[in-house]
Amino acid sequence: MTDPVLEIRDLTVEFPTRRGTLTALDAVSLSIRPGEILGVVGESGAGKSMTGMAVLGLLEPPGRVAGGEIRIAGQRTDGLSEREMAQVRGRTVGAIFQDPLTSLNPLFSIGRQLVETIRLHSPLDRRAARTRAIELLKQVGIPGADERIDHYPHQFSGGMRQRVVIALALAGNPRLIIADEPTTALDVSIQAQITALLRRICKEQGAGVMLVTHDMGVIAETADRVAVMYAGRLVEIGPVDEVLRAPKHPYTRGLMGSIPALGARVERLAQIDGAMPRLNAIPPGCAFAPRCPQATAACALTKPRLGPAGAACILLEGEAA
Amino acid sequence: MRSLDNAVEVDALTRVFDVSDPWLNRMIERKPRRTLRAVQEVTFTVPKGRTLALVGESGCGKSTVARLVTGLYPPTEGAITFAPGRDGRPMMAQMIFQDPHASLNPRWKVGDIIAEPIREFRLRSGEAATAARVSELLTTVGLSPDDARRFPHEFSGGQRQRISIARALASEPEFLVCDEPTSALDVSVQAQILNLMRRLQDQLGLTYLFISHDLSVVRHMADRIAVMYLGRIVEEAATEDLFADPQHPYTRLLLDTIPDLRAPKRDRAPSGGEPPSPLNPPPGCAFHTRCPQAVARCKLERPALTPRADGGRVACLLAQ
Repeated sequence: MTDPVLEIRDLTVEFPTRRGTLTALDAVSLSIRPGEILGVVGESGAGKSMTGMAVLGLLEPPGRVAGGEIRIAGQRTDGLSEREMAQVRGRTVGAIFQDPLTSLNPLFSIGRQLVETIRLHSPLDRRAARTRAIELLKQVGIPGADERIDHYPHQFSGGMRQRVVIALALAGNPRLIIADEPTTALDVSIQAQITALLRRICKEQGAGVMLVTHDMGVIAETADRVAVMYAGRLVEIGPVDEVLRAPKHPYTRGLMGSIPALGARVERLAQIDGAMPRLNAIPPGCAFAPRCPQATAACALTKPRLGPAGAACILLEGEAA
Repeated sequence: MRSLDNAVEVDALTRVFDVSDPWLNRMIERKPRRTLRAVQEVTFTVPKGRTLALVGESGCGKSTVARLVTGLYPPTEGAITFAPGRDGRPMMAQMIFQDPHASLNPRWKVGDIIAEPIREFRLRSGEAATAARVSELLTTVGLSPDDARRFPHEFSGGQRQRISIARALASEPEFLVCDEPTSALDVSVQAQILNLMRRLQDQLGLTYLFISHDLSVVRHMADRIAVMYLGRIVEEAATEDLFADPQHPYTRLLLDTIPDLRAPKRDRAPSGGEPPSPLNPPPGCAFHTRCPQAVARCKLERPALTPRADGGRVACLLAQ
């Protein structure tokens, strides 16, 4: 059993505001092993991007880690100073964001951006760094890499740009890659190419990947394990096949039912009525209780913990024992 | 083939955009005028009470077709004919836009947003009747009549899309153009909106032109599907026929790349290539640059739409 590249225990992120403290992440625990892709899914505002940002140390003030711990490749990183965290970012953790147009500087050629990143993290000279940059571009499947390296971001298509961003993330040979909605801005046929690339790189380099997305389809095709988030809490975690085929938590079941299937057409999609509560109105017990078809009186009072079955629901606690 | 059973008939629709550099640049840099043929010879009909979906990737011209059909752009060539509606005049078309955050005026109360078409077309006499109609519309889309007094920012994305639908229904249209109505929404909310749209279609006998890039949503909503590639329809068939027997290689590529939750295709080799720029489309069949089966003839000859055995149409030299 190898040591996890990422281990989060009881991570709590709070935003102090004038009207009281909002809890954006509530005791989230998860881990990623080398060579493993963990998908993190949830609706907008569920806290999935927040988890990635907390790991990267990029929480927007006034957001802060209020409790729990984050360990990247064994090193505890919550509470590091900004300068120390900058050492970890890029070298140990790489990041891929949603919109490749905003993650690249439009004024510099991609070669210059790659060389800068490579030299920041390794003692290579300019020429060696350029050779390494071309290598990286080839690795992410950019045709004609030795010529394309001198092109500017606007000369690339969306899919190719996202490949460049992936090459940038790989520049420091990171142990962990945080990919936040890496395919959302892309067309379906390009999306399939990028998810296949992520899988290949993860296996080749033995890096762990946290894949944050709202798209269950991407999770199904890419991730090894999946963590489902709701209102800042982890409600279910487990191997992809188990969670998608036999979801345990009522929220995951509702979510799966609401996705139109490719195989067959149904008259009416199963829908979860209502909407996810806002951060300032999270119910005291289970956050999903007001929308849950199986909720009992106890659900509104007791906050469920993630049980051994991999789901945070008090109705499942009897079954797991 | 003009028929009263069709809500709308679109015949050889073409839209060309002028994307030239400014005049001074053209003069100094000696650049020619450049045009973008966003939609080329698109022909389709939508039967009354049915749903036709247009699918394709970004830049294929599907949203341009939506804007042409609703009259937001005038066509360069071709004709759009609406059948007579209930009152004998040509049917009215309305549109539901993709982003409910951008398509509602943030300074107007929801009641005024929905009442605007009613006041504009003088569909009700007097404010009391208008207010009653607004309440009725809000109830129809699953909101409360009290919501008329609130502002758009007080609502979530799904609720805002309900407001957009109520506004579109306010002018009592019989034909609705829906441009990616759920792609800005979360999946659990998407299901609510799709269910609402299906229910409204049954209750009000609406006809939909449904624009989407998401084939699983399209399969749920549409009776017929037209697949577009670089401004042209490459295949069109009844939904079940298209899924059972996709004949155009591009349709097959699309069907192959959508992730399937129940049977993920993890180890498939993703098809290479990207759509070419519509500014500089390849000669012959526009898809030949990515097509795994392309032969020499495909580079020279542009395939015409020919009938499929099941009443659909396909534009591929190899499918004939």
